[in-house]
Amino acid sequence: MAPNDSAGTSGGTTGTAAGRRKAARYIVPVAVAGVAAATIGLVPALASSGDPDLPKISAQKLIEKIAASDTEQLSGTVKISTDLGIPSLGGLAESFASGAAGGKGGSGADPQERMTELASGTHTLRVAADGPDKQRVSILDDAAEYSLIRNGDQVWAYDSKSDEAYHATEDRAGEDAGREAGKKSAHPVPEGVPTTPKALAEQVLKAAGPTTSVTVDGTAQVAGRDAYKLVVKPKQSGSTIGSATIAVDAENGVPLKFTLLPSAGGKAIVDAGFTKVDFSKPDASSFTFTPPKGTSVTEADDAKAQHGADKGLGDLIPGAEGLGAEGLGAGGQGGKDTKVIGEGWSAIAEITTPGAAGLPSKASGDVPAEAQQFLGALGDKVSGKFGSGTVLKTRLINALVTENGKVYVGAVTKDALVEAANDAS
Amino acid sequence: MSRADAAVAGEERAPSPRRSLLWSLGILRSELTTTLRRWRTLALLGVLAAVPVLIGIAVRIETGHGSSPGPDGGGGGPAFLSQVTNNGLFLVFAALAVTLPVFLPMAVGVVAGDSVAGEASAGTLRYLLVAPAGRTRLLLTKYASVLVFCLVATLVVALSALAVGALLFPLGEVTTISGTRIGFGEGLLRAGLIAVVVAASLTGFAAIGLFVSTLTGSGIAAMAATVGLLITVQIMDGIPQLSALRPYLFPHYWMSYADLLRAPVYWDEVVRNLGLQGVYAAVFGSAAWARFTTKDITA
Repeated sequence: MAPNDSAGTSGGTTGTAAGRRKAARYIVPVAVAGVAAATIGLVPALASSGDPDLPKISAQKLIEKIAASDTEQLSGTVKISTDLGIPSLGGLAESFASGAAGGKGGSGADPQERMTELASGTHTLRVAADGPDKQRVSILDDAAEYSLIRNGDQVWAYDSKSDEAYHATEDRAGEDAGREAGKKSAHPVPEGVPTTPKALAEQVLKAAGPTTSVTVDGTAQVAGRDAYKLVVKPKQSGSTIGSATIAVDAENGVPLKFTLLPSAGGKAIVDAGFTKVDFSKPDASSFTFTPPKGTSVTEADDAKAQHGADKGLGDLIPGAEGLGAEGLGAGGQGGKDTKVIGEGWSAIAEITTPGAAGLPSKASGDVPAEAQQFLGALGDKVSGKFGSGTVLKTRLINALVTENGKVYVGAVTKDALVEAANDAS
Repeated sequence: MSRADAAVAGEERAPSPRRSLLWSLGILRSELTTTLRRWRTLALLGVLAAVPVLIGIAVRIETGHGSSPGPDGGGGGPAFLSQVTNNGLFLVFAALAVTLPVFLPMAVGVVAGDSVAGEASAGTLRYLLVAPAGRTRLLLTKYASVLVFCLVATLVVALSALAVGALLFPLGEVTTISGTRIGFGEGLLRAGLIAVVVAASLTGFAAIGLFVSTLTGSGIAAMAATVGLLITVQIMDGIPQLSALRPYLFPHYWMSYADLLRAPVYWDEVVRNLGLQGVYAAVFGSAAWARFTTKDITA
């Protein structure tokens, strides 16, 4: 009883008609696969076709609309992609942190630590807000979620993966977040973390001035809503930032999407936008949190392990200078002498290290080996009137570390940094 | 034995649609009893039932001396493991997270791969086809019985985990992974829904197994090919460089069942998963049909 499954072995006797009939049956799976592929390919294209037709509006009016927006209740899903051109800031921060503090300090649910994750890669977030007192932000992980919940003066963070919670009361949290992120101190952690497009947009508008052109450039559909596109562009050359686009809801002025494009072209540096948004009142239960029995809770007072590297997202994404100073100067020596050269988009911070130690890798043992390699690998040797130095490059921030211990940092191109260093010397 | 039953049942010609439906249910029943009574199947289900027991006991021993589960105080290991000590119901989710990548689909692959090829290699396929059911209906019945096995296997894991969880750990209000609370009753309901979603996640793979099974006359070859394919695709799904392809691989959204434990439930990936399984089932199901209805049965 040898298994003989092949139609071909006895197929020699069957006629061509039968053969054709057999072949015809295989058209069915091929057709099904074809239809499926076509659907996958076409549906997004059809869904995004055609920008909405909206009455013309001036940039001024649109910004006013954003400022006047009194929408306090919303819930939705935000997708945020960040590509700063460095491998993984989360891992980098961790290596710095472990080097600086000699081990993991605080809780795994500490918001300061967790929000750093958002500075690289793509994340899905859910946000909900109900008035000024109740907000929540959660980062969706695989089979886990990290939630930051604020209800009145209580701030909770819960990490379902490690089953750890973090708790703070308003004063304490306000102080922490306010100091760290340089925000209004009345707003505690969730506000200090600009994970919503609105917060990101506010940062950009604040920076606008004579150095910036602000225009309305057409319309778009974001999360199923009609929106105007506000484009903010630097007027000066030399900036690494090409343009920032904010999609603003045409109806209620809520910013729905924020895109930061590099001047060198290519993929967006930051792309954060709602994929789903709902302006009705979110369920009240979203804002209550009681730690489950057995969950380890870290109180904010106990979690004082603040490292140079793990600043909130507030420093990392919108404030260009913030990222430069905190992200790359994360070696953590205090007492720097900082001076700002230029203004607006091409402002460069000149930092004089008192130890005149050039790159931290030279002598100090307080930066772990991986971090040294990392900095070395990023570096690009340059020389000029100022002497010679190393340029550390990311897609947004560049830094020039000279051999005489000066550091030039800014959201500007390499050439602009060298020029600034030449002028300064 | 029951195959012979089916063949005998076929002799009493069934022309009316009502009777033919009953007759289809008849072969489905005989098909199911044959499948589920096999020692091989029982052993697979036994292994699946043992997984939650092992996890439960391991977590219990680990937390017995004061430490939390997982390496360095939680965060590591499979999903939901750290919540098991707070609530026994989480053992259901943890056990499904552990078994879904390999154990569950392997069991399904063995049953699906064996479904047609096994009959062929045992020489019983021709007797089945003597019955006036037609090959299409026989194939549908085979697929239906594999789907029932998917559900049975998932439920075995879930119920065993629920029993062990209830014995070893406290039960009570469930904290969702978003941090909100739901009652135990609703938690149970979600666990049931998750079991159904997990079983449905396996339908695409089951169709692949059925197709492979129609390609060869050797049961062992079909099972090995199906399980081998599973492992290959799982590895491909883990390679970041293939990111353009990954969303279309059948296991890609398997873990999305965890989204049912968020508040509010995040449906996007669950729906995508089910849609993807539907596409796989349609493509490979029709391919199996094209193959099975045109091939020469010689065994």
